[in-house]
Amino acid sequence: MKKTLFDKIWDSHVVESIPNGPDILYIDKHLIHEVTSPQAFNELKERNIPVFRPDQIVATADHNTPTKDQHLPVKDLLSRKQLKELSQNCEENNITLYGLGHPYNGIVHVMAPELGITQPGMTIVCGDSHTSTHGAFGTIAFGIGTSQVTQVFASQCLLVEKPKKLRVNVNGKLKNGVLPKDVILYIISKLGTNSGTGYFCEYAGNVFEEMSMEGRMTVCNMSIEMGARGGLIAPDQTTIDYVEGREFAPKGAEFEKMKAHWETLKTDADAEFDQEYSFEAEDIEPMITYGTNPGMGIKLTGSIPVEGNKSDAKALAYMNFKPGETLLEKPINYIFIGSCTNSRIEDFRVAASYIKGKKKAENVNALIVPGSRQVAEQIKTEGLDKVFEEAGFTLRQPGCSACLAMNDDKIPEGEYCVSTSNRNFEGRQGPGSRTILASPLTAAATAISGKISDYTQTLN
Amino acid sequence: MEKFIKLTDTVVPLDAENVDTDQIIPARFLKATDKEGFGENLFRDWRFDKSGEPNEDFVLNQDKYSGSILLAGNNFGCGSSREHAAWAIKTYGFKAVVSSYFADIFKGNALNNGLLPVQVSPDFLHKLFAAVEKDSEEKVVIDLEEQKISIQSSGESESFDIDPYKKTCLINGYDDIDFLTSKLDAIKKFEKRSGNQAEPQQTLQTENI
Repeated sequence: MKKTLFDKIWDSHVVESIPNGPDILYIDKHLIHEVTSPQAFNELKERNIPVFRPDQIVATADHNTPTKDQHLPVKDLLSRKQLKELSQNCEENNITLYGLGHPYNGIVHVMAPELGITQPGMTIVCGDSHTSTHGAFGTIAFGIGTSQVTQVFASQCLLVEKPKKLRVNVNGKLKNGVLPKDVILYIISKLGTNSGTGYFCEYAGNVFEEMSMEGRMTVCNMSIEMGARGGLIAPDQTTIDYVEGREFAPKGAEFEKMKAHWETLKTDADAEFDQEYSFEAEDIEPMITYGTNPGMGIKLTGSIPVEGNKSDAKALAYMNFKPGETLLEKPINYIFIGSCTNSRIEDFRVAASYIKGKKKAENVNALIVPGSRQVAEQIKTEGLDKVFEEAGFTLRQPGCSACLAMNDDKIPEGEYCVSTSNRNFEGRQGPGSRTILASPLTAAATAISGKISDYTQTLN
Repeated sequence: MEKFIKLTDTVVPLDAENVDTDQIIPARFLKATDKEGFGENLFRDWRFDKSGEPNEDFVLNQDKYSGSILLAGNNFGCGSSREHAAWAIKTYGFKAVVSSYFADIFKGNALNNGLLPVQVSPDFLHKLFAAVEKDSEEKVVIDLEEQKISIQSSGESESFDIDPYKKTCLINGYDDIDFLTSKLDAIKKFEKRSGNQAEPQQTLQTENI
């Protein structure tokens, strides 16, 4: 039978199928962080169950960490307690932890790929919905709840029903200034926030084939924002080149063996999908969101749809926007470049290339938060920190930061923030905050002009 | 896990679509390391104003509505994987959530906590909202064994789907951990033949399928 890439990876990880029930799916890598793991460790302790495969688990601290003075004790007592529990739990169970201050520390979906922990063909889970990011390598990667974290601790497996299969094709030539973030925001705006529910999504077409690994990660990261449990892209030479030589990637003969395997991970011609959509690259423009879910997106120069239901009206009231209105010329006081969606070196390069030689508008607070310590180091090596500093941007230490505002990095009530993160839910960036999702280029351009503007005319 | 067999109760109608887990339990309340107390902050920013006073317009603060069944609009529980959302709904006192669509991760989390997500047709959802709007004392019957949800006064009903394995777990109060830890021998055998990692498919497929 013809198989999709998803089928091939899934089927090779099924330990057993329960008749009329879910599959027992084997998990190759389990990534954990401080927020969704403590209750799982407690449950194990209460039931006297050991961690089954500690060497297949990697931990980081990212969600609840400060982005300033990371060398000092964490001020917030609850946060400090949560981080301490993570350290203790990892130590007691022999789990590798890249905690705050460790050279490998970072947002879980940034550090694992850059260390070569993420490899094609794997099954990867984490108690975080943006685990879909790792699908960029041709993996089955998805977010799980804490009960499932406990299950993986106890058995290195999950009981899961095999999802349906969806393919999204984008072919053609992207316009100047259109970034991977715009591509995924466009797809979600067309398909809606629950179009992917029950599915795993494969992205195909020359647009994804020509994307860098970092761009692919941005796309797969937001699969969950259309409801899909995960997204994936077939591994190719770009993937292999990215993985080769990384800290935990296979080396020498082992690498060659795995490479030969990775090259087979493709959807067979004529394999069937339960649902398929196709888009033209030429139709995509820089995107922004105007509402309170990521599907409420329009092109930067577009107008808010006039028609909508009660929930749409509630969203517009929250955002203080009107149907039919354009967002161009809206004054913006906050921009955030960071999060597991857009905090890799290419994101900062593209922002810096626009910012270089310019100054941020006086009204703007511009926050730059790298995804990992390694990205932070790279920013310095490439001198991008100077560009940001000279333009008046604030460069912080790595973490999830203002994407979900668990730490002090919050957008004040009523303020708009043009943000490279992944969710524009009510209060996501702080109580009463209003999030406008966009690419790093749009965020950088907004910081310079102090308002939403069509910068595409000024690009080289 | 608490068992769920049959529930007859009044309903709290939350007439909003795409209710995301950030609304159910905002991220700033995720610092706890146990499962207690999340119910106090359920729908925190809709339920209370800035000064911490109850917002009278919000349905959880309206005396006429009570009960252990939460009725909500399409695509309930989208967004983050935080199981704290299911804990918050459960510890507040709800035992079932009814909607025309649930986000995948929320649905799984709810089931793993004995909180039953009941997916109904948009038509039946509309009927439920109308029935509760007409009479806030209206009772709804959720029969898991029969996989049937009905409006008590009119007797109008609809059947709902649930994974048979999950149904057995809920009715008996079992959870997945009991099951998976009973399978460790099979899992070890799988590891042995697969080399414990993502290995070439060709050899695996013949053995697994």
